[in-house]
Amino acid sequence: MTIIPSIKRDYLCRLAEQGKRIDGRKFDEYRKIEIKPNIISKAEGSALVKIGNTQVLTGIKMDVGEPYPDSPETGVLTTGAELVPLASPDFEAGPPQEDAIELARVVDRGVRESEVIELEKLCIEPGEKVWIIFVDIHVLDYDGNLFDAASLASLAALFTTKVPAKRFDLGEDFPLPLREPPVSCTSVKFNNVVVADPCLDEEEIAEARLTVATDKNGDIRAMQKGLSGSFTKDEIKKVIKASINNGKEIRKILYKSIGK
Amino acid sequence: MVVLPSQLLGDIRNNKAGRGTFIEKGKIYSERLGILSKKMGYINVVPLKGRYNPVEGDSVIGIIIETSSSSWLVDINAPYPALLHVNEVPWSIEFGDTEKYLNYGDSIMAKILMVDESKRIQLTLNDRNLHKIVGGHIIDVEPSKVPRIIGKKGSMISLLKKYTRCRIFVGQNGRIWVDGDEKGIEKVVKVVNMIENEAVSYGLTRKIESLLKKDAKDVR
Repeated sequence: MTIIPSIKRDYLCRLAEQGKRIDGRKFDEYRKIEIKPNIISKAEGSALVKIGNTQVLTGIKMDVGEPYPDSPETGVLTTGAELVPLASPDFEAGPPQEDAIELARVVDRGVRESEVIELEKLCIEPGEKVWIIFVDIHVLDYDGNLFDAASLASLAALFTTKVPAKRFDLGEDFPLPLREPPVSCTSVKFNNVVVADPCLDEEEIAEARLTVATDKNGDIRAMQKGLSGSFTKDEIKKVIKASINNGKEIRKILYKSIGK
Repeated sequence: MVVLPSQLLGDIRNNKAGRGTFIEKGKIYSERLGILSKKMGYINVVPLKGRYNPVEGDSVIGIIIETSSSSWLVDINAPYPALLHVNEVPWSIEFGDTEKYLNYGDSIMAKILMVDESKRIQLTLNDRNLHKIVGGHIIDVEPSKVPRIIGKKGSMISLLKKYTRCRIFVGQNGRIWVDGDEKGIEKVVKVVNMIENEAVSYGLTRKIESLLKKDAKDVR
């Protein structure tokens, strides 16, 4: 764990009181988002997402396997995240820690609950054979807001995915059947201000974090509250509103990058 | 010239092995990924990135990470934490009262008293200009870029001080303390980031000066 010098914390709080942020953004403003789809040729689908200096690479692999007994006619979605030591001095090698597991779960929930993947179309033989989707998230550079970068990378990668049916002798390859994508937006709270898309310094001093995934109609599809602090009712409403607005912009960038 | 680890740099008959290099069978090789520099017969490799390598007598900015009854552990961005003993501070402290003076998260300007063979580091606060830091802001940069931020004979740093009216202290370990009004601090942060990104470009001092001049109205 990095120790944040208390004077750095004080400086950030002082700026926040004047309505400023350390990198000159507005409270609800995002950093520059860049999406590069299809950058790994060996994967079924892939995407590299940059939010400011944060970089996340997601690859999709597909396999044929057995479905879960409680849902014999739907495909299986598995999400995994890895925080490699390359990305930050705070990340350690070894089995996934709490933060990596939380990251994978938040991304997984956003994708699953928005029903963006038509999992029921990924059934080959009910109860016997279905397609399994592996979403693997690799964090390459950590400068705050991994949640948004990871979920955006996963969605962009899903949209470039081709189901490798030919390799398994199951007919022709076909693009993964998808619906409208959700967009996750994360905000953190410190010193009684709420800021969207926290950079590393802001994330380090944050008291509470809220990730909201919204769909095209502005409906909430998933939410995750993190850290030990609390939000007031008004703050949560504000976060949701900002998430819907930012979600619209990010969705445009996502559509543009995948050529839709 | 950028060199890679284990790249052959020269022979010990003609050169001396400096920092960031090692000798094997009479030949000098690079130890790190960095920029080659030859000075006074020494071959040095200045790493492109990495942690601070503590050197005796360096002024550094540290953050207290642990207190015990007669000493503090300080993070100075080196591979290991540094020790600050109560004998090395200007205050007389009762046994067990260390937390009253310096506590977890506090920042200090300190000097490296000694580094022994096993890289154990000792700090001291017993010198001019060394004290606990209150107020201002700390910027983190790559320790290898510190010479560029200071500039030749302090040219860059005096330029910054002149145009931003801030108090600036550059620790050799890549931490920079800035104090002044909000606008000044913002400007320093911007310029320091620029210097860090363009550390290898030619005529950087002049470029920075014209940038600072552009939006400076009152110059001391």
